[in-house]
Amino acid sequence: MIKEYHLTMSEKVKVTIDGITVEVEPGTTILNAARQIGGDIVPPAMCYYSKLEGSGGKCRTCIVKVSKGSEKDPRPMPKLVASCRTTVMDGMEVQNITSPEVIEARSGVVEMLLINHPLDCPVCDQAGECDLQNLGYEHGLQKTRYEFERRTFERIDIGDKIQLHMNRCILCYRCVFTADQITNKRVHGILNRGDHSEISTYIQTAVDNDFSGNVIDVCPVGALTDKTFRFKNRVWFTKPVDAHRDCPTCSGKVTLWYKGEDVLRVTARKDIYGEVEEFICNTCRFDKKKTADWTIEHPTHISDTSVISSNHYETMIPLPVIQEDLRLQEANKVELEKTAKF
Amino acid sequence: MARKLLLEHINVPGINTLDVYRQKGGYRAVEKALKTLTPDEVVEEVKKSGLRGRGGAGFPTGMKWSFLAKPEGVARYLVCNADESEPGTFKDRYLMTYIPHALIEGMIVSSFALGANTSYIYVRGEMMPQIRILERAIAEAKAAGFLGKNILGSGYDLEIYVQPGGGAYICGEETALLESLEGKRGNPRIKPPFPAIAGLYGCPTVVNNVESIAAVVPIINDGGDEYMKIGIGRSTGTKLISASGNLVRPGVYEIELGLPVEEFIYSDEYCGGIANGKRLKATVAGGSSVPVLPANLTLKLANGEPRLMSYESLSEGGFATGTMMGSGGFIAFDEDQCIVRNTWNFSRFYHHESCGQCSPCREGTGWMEKVLHRLEHGHGKMSDIDLLVDVSKKIEGNTICPLGDAAAWPVASAIRHFRDEFEWHVKEPIKSLQGNYGIANYAVPIPKAEVKQEN
Repeated sequence: MIKEYHLTMSEKVKVTIDGITVEVEPGTTILNAARQIGGDIVPPAMCYYSKLEGSGGKCRTCIVKVSKGSEKDPRPMPKLVASCRTTVMDGMEVQNITSPEVIEARSGVVEMLLINHPLDCPVCDQAGECDLQNLGYEHGLQKTRYEFERRTFERIDIGDKIQLHMNRCILCYRCVFTADQITNKRVHGILNRGDHSEISTYIQTAVDNDFSGNVIDVCPVGALTDKTFRFKNRVWFTKPVDAHRDCPTCSGKVTLWYKGEDVLRVTARKDIYGEVEEFICNTCRFDKKKTADWTIEHPTHISDTSVISSNHYETMIPLPVIQEDLRLQEANKVELEKTAKF
Repeated sequence: MARKLLLEHINVPGINTLDVYRQKGGYRAVEKALKTLTPDEVVEEVKKSGLRGRGGAGFPTGMKWSFLAKPEGVARYLVCNADESEPGTFKDRYLMTYIPHALIEGMIVSSFALGANTSYIYVRGEMMPQIRILERAIAEAKAAGFLGKNILGSGYDLEIYVQPGGGAYICGEETALLESLEGKRGNPRIKPPFPAIAGLYGCPTVVNNVESIAAVVPIINDGGDEYMKIGIGRSTGTKLISASGNLVRPGVYEIELGLPVEEFIYSDEYCGGIANGKRLKATVAGGSSVPVLPANLTLKLANGEPRLMSYESLSEGGFATGTMMGSGGFIAFDEDQCIVRNTWNFSRFYHHESCGQCSPCREGTGWMEKVLHRLEHGHGKMSDIDLLVDVSKKIEGNTICPLGDAAAWPVASAIRHFRDEFEWHVKEPIKSLQGNYGIANYAVPIPKAEVKQEN
């Protein structure tokens, strides 16, 4: 059985990440190979976004060590490489969390990302679902070593629905690539250079587009926020529900974020790496905020490590009916394990 | 008198015009290459010559050319990198100003070798006079039949265009240069693919420094073997050095590689010693990006042998006791110069020039600049010195392009060799504002044992 599997998969290349071997299509990046394995060995990615062509390589949080180049050329790569933009070779061996060098370098990158970040999580709408927050929590230092004034920018309104808060931006270029893909006009949306670069006017002009709201979803931090949701609530007090509607411009598949009876905001559905499954249009996102507009599917599954899950439907205490039935216990294994954990 | 290949006729009046240049044997290489050699033979000559890229990295030019992909029906480009903006380097500007036809001639031969029918010279925006000079030279060459359709009846067509840049240092990085040339923001690309496979407009492209391209002319004229005889070891040929700082006679010098550093600084043929009778404290041997060295390590290797002006000898000892040839921007500091101030100045440059793509470089260069500013202005703390080392380590090697490394090395090396001076700035803030640390023991020859400890 196993032999047959190997024969049919002969075109695939073998890559070993932190001791776990996986076979992937040629041309796959190390990051995507790691995502096929899943779990803790997946490098964090702040700028790479699989749905956006050309993204990645900039934030350097996904750096890994290639300890063996390939079967043909076993030399290790001299520098740490960005796993999101490095393709796997047959026989490649990669170290991520098993390499102290990588952990050290990554914490350095996290520190760099945070030195000019305002750290205004208490008033930031993104808090609770922020990639930078997670990253800082996992890799960051307890205390900053940066003793200078942080750079500041004025807040900019991009149309009446989106606000750009440049102070929080980590210049991942995801919104630029999004604007690029949806408009096909200019190729860049960054002004200036170095640490005073800013996302600029180009996106302001792209706001007419039906899909411009997606820049909010792709933003890994709170730099681009939904003005219809701004300061309405903390995300962990809201309850996400998957829903859909018959939309003429997009797939209409969204997540609704409820607080009590009200839909506070609408976002695209996101996978476990925070990437949207399908881009949604501005009508769905900003204008359809009544339950009557939507067909509700089911509660959105939220990872139990997320702060949002602390207020989720999936209750910690198994219902009495489950406690008595073995089949139901099997089906609700995850929930029961959670109960045991807490 | 050392042999000169590029600047042999630099003092001839009117050498910037085609007629005088022709009288002095100019465009012989074009005639020889187009009439008697095949493109592959030209590449072979350059390979044989052992010419190494003069822009900083020192990659063998012939090898770079042979990597160029040659798919059918796809245009190939030669791009000349004249975006010279490294602090301390001004050799390309000198060459383009006074002997522009050397570059044009080199461009024609190189383009012929690579099979490029369109070539670009990307000149830094601040060098507008040089752009005019080049444009005039191109017009002259075109009128004389060295450019355009069917050059010298060989059936080979070539057009050369001069493109002014916007004056960004980052556009000297080859992929950023290509982005800029395409009309985009000059952000370095992620490699692979290398320009030899997918460069300008996605076509195979070779990007060479001005001096590398000009050096092709003597190689074709005299033959690769003849060129290889000049120089030392794998550092063949001559190199333009832009000497600046506290020297009696700063300027652009053409040296044969392998010249002892001591001779270069002190002999009357070259820089003529340190100005005003001062003593040498430190040097930056190859432009601001390379590690700074104290006088003792500049003149002698760690094992006591004299250090030579060659790629190998300058980098002897790695980062512990060596530096790099870089682009040949030789800056000398006398005993009155402050290393802390100079390091701050360099890091201010890199802070200003970082493109902002990779987070370590974008944030780290600014951080280093601020800490160094504080140290220089008497508000520093002892912990700042280790902080700088740590920040520079976090930038180095973690970025897309080498600007991150270039920003980190001067800081790391200054602290490695001049830690006393940094500490003095912290301990004696008022004195450091009024005077400077002086030469200390930086010119005292280092005993072998101590160097081993450092390693």
